[in-house]
Amino acid sequence: MEAHWNGGLKMVDEQPNAPRDEGGVVLTKEEARSRRARNIAIGLAVALFAALFYAVTIAKLGGAVAQLPPS
Amino acid sequence: MSDATFRIDDGRAPRISIAAPSDYFALLKPRVMSLVVFTALTGVVMAPTPPNPIIAFASLLAIAVGAGASGALNMWFESDIDALMTRTRNRPIPSGRLAREEALAFGLVLAVMSVFTLGLAANWLAAALLAFTIFFYVVIYTMWLKRATPLNIVIGGAAGALPPMVGFAAASGELGLSSLVLFTIIFVWTPPHFWALALLKSDDYARAGVPMLPNVAGPDRTRLEILIYSALLAPIGVLPYLLGYAAPAYGVISTLCGAAFLLCALATYRNREGEAAKTAARRLFIFSIAYLFALFLTLVVERILHLTAVTG
Repeated sequence: MEAHWNGGLKMVDEQPNAPRDEGGVVLTKEEARSRRARNIAIGLAVALFAALFYAVTIAKLGGAVAQLPPS
Repeated sequence: MSDATFRIDDGRAPRISIAAPSDYFALLKPRVMSLVVFTALTGVVMAPTPPNPIIAFASLLAIAVGAGASGALNMWFESDIDALMTRTRNRPIPSGRLAREEALAFGLVLAVMSVFTLGLAANWLAAALLAFTIFFYVVIYTMWLKRATPLNIVIGGAAGALPPMVGFAAASGELGLSSLVLFTIIFVWTPPHFWALALLKSDDYARAGVPMLPNVAGPDRTRLEILIYSALLAPIGVLPYLLGYAAPAYGVISTLCGAAFLLCALATYRNREGEAAKTAARRLFIFSIAYLFALFLTLVVERILHLTAVTG
């Protein structure tokens, strides 16, 4: 499988045991650090989003949250 | 795609982002966002019945993110002129920390998420109003009016004036007269506020080709318009008290602040040359922020005290 990126950049899948391409991109420390920081920020945002919807659901259900529907 | 390798087939280095989360946060225009949250909060507390605090918090968060999305989309579209102005050239896109496409994707995702979150948490009237606010700011103001007419701020000010109505709608499910009054206050406040800034930054706007009033009609005409709008704003600011939505404390504070605003506008009108002119415009700009903050804070405090007295 092969995908084109921005016209000039190729992203190629390799077999798990295939030798790594020596010409591949190696992230600099700054690039790796910023990517890690972005990943942490996205993780926190998703967690906050889930917590928000949980809280809103409970608030909307109100006192009925513990009631079973009539059989 | 567990193990992927990047290859470059035309000799160009791939662009690996070095943007920090703080760069994305800067795209949201945090200072504008905080003012939007504050005015939306005023709309929420002005609702006839106070909403559930969790629903109110979720609504304000959605409105804040919607405002941030507008800021990100604004910076995506305006990166060309942002690079030309001293006030904006350190923003994430012109400084090279973020690509335009990243800002566009970020803004669109946040806009959609904020509207749907508000719809699900509060109601779809508030969500529709938030969607309209984002559309108005990005498409009507940023893409069209800002570069087309010196009335950009007058008409575009509606986008900044809508958050109290969104907050009111989120809390009550309707559009009340009191929220329309809050809208009117911000709508009339916007031109003198931004024209005071435009007087100080007219060189910036001229370099960027943005037809702000001082560059098109001249500084003197701008000073006259500031005075006219300030004379309109002073009585409009007292309307919440006159219409019975606020207590006498608000009536006193809004009257005094309106008079002080008018005095600042008069000083800007009279001082037309040199350092005195700059000082007067700077004072008006700073006081305009304090004016809006004082009025809305008074409304919030009065309303909270009233609700505490009623429920306590």
